[in-house]
Amino acid sequence: MAIPQGFSIDRRGFLTLAGMSWLTPLGRLLANEAERSKGPAQSVIMLWLDGGPSQLETFDPHPGSKIAGGTRAIGTAAKGVRLAEGFDRLAEQMGSISLIRSLTSKEGDHERGSYLVKTGYRPDATVEHPSIGAIACHELPVGKTDIPRHISILPGRWPSRGGFLGGEYDAFQIGDPQGKLPDVATQVPKDRDAARLRDLEIAERAFAKGRRIRVAETLHRETVSRARVMMTSEQLKAFDVSSEPASVLAEYGDSPFGRGCLAARRLIEVGVRCVEVTLGGWDAHVNNHEIHRNRIKELDPAFAALMADLTRRNLLNRTIVMCGGEFGRSPKINPLGGRDHWPIGFSMAVAGGGLRRGITIGETDPDGHKPPADPHPIEDLHATILAALGLNPSTENIAPATGRPIKLSEGKAIRELLGRGRM
Amino acid sequence: MGMRDLAFVGVAAGAALMLSAGLLRSTASPSMAKPREPALFQAADITPVVRDLDAMFRKERGEHGVAPAPLASNLAVFRRLSLALTGTVPSLEEIRAFEARPAEGRLDVALENLLHDRRAADYLAERFARAYVGTEDGPFILFRRRRFTTWLSDALLENRRYDAIVRDLLTERGLWTDHPATNFITVTNDAERQRPDPERLGARVARAFLGVRLDCAQCHDHPFQPWKQDDFQGLAAFFGGVHADLRGVREGKNDYQSLDRKTNTPKAVQPRVPYRPKLLPKAGTPREQLAAWIIDPRNPNLARATVNRVWALMFGRPLHDPVDDLPADGNVEPALARLAADFSAGGYDLHRLVRVIAATEAFRVDSAAGSSVTDLTADHDAAWAAFPMTRLRPEQVARSIFQAASLSTLGPENPWVARLATYTGTNDFVKRYGDMGEDEFDLQGGTIPQRLLLLNGDLVRDKTKAGLFNASTRVALQAPTDARAVEIVYLTVLTRRPTAEESAYFTAKLAGATGDDRKNKVTDLYWTLLNTTEFSWNH
Repeated sequence: MAIPQGFSIDRRGFLTLAGMSWLTPLGRLLANEAERSKGPAQSVIMLWLDGGPSQLETFDPHPGSKIAGGTRAIGTAAKGVRLAEGFDRLAEQMGSISLIRSLTSKEGDHERGSYLVKTGYRPDATVEHPSIGAIACHELPVGKTDIPRHISILPGRWPSRGGFLGGEYDAFQIGDPQGKLPDVATQVPKDRDAARLRDLEIAERAFAKGRRIRVAETLHRETVSRARVMMTSEQLKAFDVSSEPASVLAEYGDSPFGRGCLAARRLIEVGVRCVEVTLGGWDAHVNNHEIHRNRIKELDPAFAALMADLTRRNLLNRTIVMCGGEFGRSPKINPLGGRDHWPIGFSMAVAGGGLRRGITIGETDPDGHKPPADPHPIEDLHATILAALGLNPSTENIAPATGRPIKLSEGKAIRELLGRGRM
Repeated sequence: MGMRDLAFVGVAAGAALMLSAGLLRSTASPSMAKPREPALFQAADITPVVRDLDAMFRKERGEHGVAPAPLASNLAVFRRLSLALTGTVPSLEEIRAFEARPAEGRLDVALENLLHDRRAADYLAERFARAYVGTEDGPFILFRRRRFTTWLSDALLENRRYDAIVRDLLTERGLWTDHPATNFITVTNDAERQRPDPERLGARVARAFLGVRLDCAQCHDHPFQPWKQDDFQGLAAFFGGVHADLRGVREGKNDYQSLDRKTNTPKAVQPRVPYRPKLLPKAGTPREQLAAWIIDPRNPNLARATVNRVWALMFGRPLHDPVDDLPADGNVEPALARLAADFSAGGYDLHRLVRVIAATEAFRVDSAAGSSVTDLTADHDAAWAAFPMTRLRPEQVARSIFQAASLSTLGPENPWVARLATYTGTNDFVKRYGDMGEDEFDLQGGTIPQRLLLLNGDLVRDKTKAGLFNASTRVALQAPTDARAVEIVYLTVLTRRPTAEESAYFTAKLAGATGDDRKNKVTDLYWTLLNTTEFSWNH
């Protein structure tokens, strides 16, 4: 397993903090090996179900009840945990996955809900909060990654942002990994490209006159240079799923989302911190069941293959996988056979990164009237993920415009999910 | 598209090509680009306030011990005005018309043209809308952003009094389609409670019209300002009786309740203004009362918040930073106070405000040091002794790429196919470039994906490559000399002429080049200039 060197410095830092600096070189080596599986998670893969999937047709079925509308459930590898029908392959992986079934949110609008679930904060006109991927990039070391460390594959309308941490923490957006990677190849042949760069040097001169410091402060030319480095980076190959065996591609499902999940795995292998892969089309106000059946056909193989692949490659311990959307859908089925937005009591699957596996948190009411048992506001999900990344949720960053200190998350980590006595 | 439409597009395209040919040949005075000559406002009218402002900045420079940068060239100031008001660099057509006028007063005429230009009204409406309704798409059906910005654009174009615009935003009733100002209310509609959210409205009003961040007091008392939680809730309660449903926005009983954070019990809140309660009239609905209090000239905050925002739109940096964190009813920078006093005394006239700001020395100085100083320092920035350098907004970059690729001015007069292409192309570009959201005056550097987009992106490729409608091909084929070709590319992209060194270097590259080779070389020059620091920054 290739771990970029940059991480090892950090791991040592972690060990020092943990009071293990006295270890002999051999002991250190052994500790390194052990901590590769025991240390905090290094990366996050977010499978974003854009539009708000129905918990009842995915991770929280209530078969036989009035609210089910005929949706059946299937048993899984995790004892006592059932999924809605259609997740045949994911069911086999459920031993590695836990489900939070009692998430609550105060945002029932797609945009505001997406903001809350991605950032852990409600929209606030005075500050733009960073998404969890941006926070991970900001708080954890850069390592030796030339390519963007925060990536959004098949972005929906509101891809993850860097917010007040700065535009450089925005997710780099790419489409179906089968297609050409956007903006990284020059549009002209090599010699012409070289000539253009020489011309650019000339064209920059006049403007810098009398503005030496100001122009330097823009970091424009450095940013161009770094962009050029990225254009030639070997790590760009991580985006290219075509080098994978056909059997692997087939396992993930022959779909843009499946290829996105496969690219996500390749990207975290080269040190990318956070990859968001979006599967849209869950906003089932009409014909809810049919829509979910079709979406699940794409989600099931991709999610299951990702879990199996990460496990096989011994990457799951250092990678957190999350799957869910901006809210759930109403227990009541509307006259058009649809379900409407439902931010009070919905589900998110979480796995890896040392989180407890095969358990469920919270319970929704089978009649759809009462609020969920053991409710957790979205903020708690964020605090949990941050804790699994070895970060303290109450660490504060300062929002530059106002000088206001803002915590990484204001939630409380869900203790049942944090195994091994963390937090 | 029917045959008649096709014919129309063909005629329009042919006319555009003929026009561009004329623009390429002339250095000055093109007969076909006859400028409209608006009735010039009385410059003398704004002279006293401009004189006062200049004196204040002179004093400020004295305190910082810096001399002002030399005056910027007319073209550099024209670029600033065009970017600030229309969101794009000027077209070659505009530059030719600009230079056809006597040097004295060129900028005044250009500014008057821009103030009466639909492009400017549309662009400024978008910018103001961010402060009023944010950047969210808003609730489905109940909110129509397009209607809202069109209404605002019309108001800006006819230069309606700003206090009247604000009153409409605060008090309008009816359907959001017929009464577009009501979208200010409906954008906050809470799907669960099925009514506009008084707290979001209170926060908006505080920031957009008072220039204060009262919403910090939503959760706790403000750390640096005298705001208490009660102040925030009192402001929100003015919207406690507003309802919105399919019959439109209307007034009902105030049932706003705030949650006491200690006891977690709801309590009823009465409308209350955070300062100067005597200015609150007794008559009218709560919203009408609040509007009257806000637009009362004795309440200084509306004028201050507005001039600070307009200053920021023109300089890329607010006079008081952050743009919406002014003290309420307290002391502010002398220049801000003076400008605000002029704005309210002059009848909340936005055009006049823009003219005043544009006439100040601070707006006219260069963004580079003159030869007497080695470089600019933080003191120059603090004293507005040199024009600030700020990163262009994503849509300014996108629109400028489109504009640079067309020799004639892009705008509402273009055929709809061209406008649609510009519109969708701009949106796609902005999405990849990364919109700045509401924190639009936050000074951030550029990002790698942004550079990649300019270096290798489809828009830059499509707009610079050889093609019948692209400026690069027109320049390659029609510019009378190599030197003139280089000059035209510099003018269209950077709104200036090349230096002697630049001219010599790039003219030599074109020498003897013909056919596709020549077109490629002009394309390369476009690409090069679009990738400079100079293009992506306001200066």
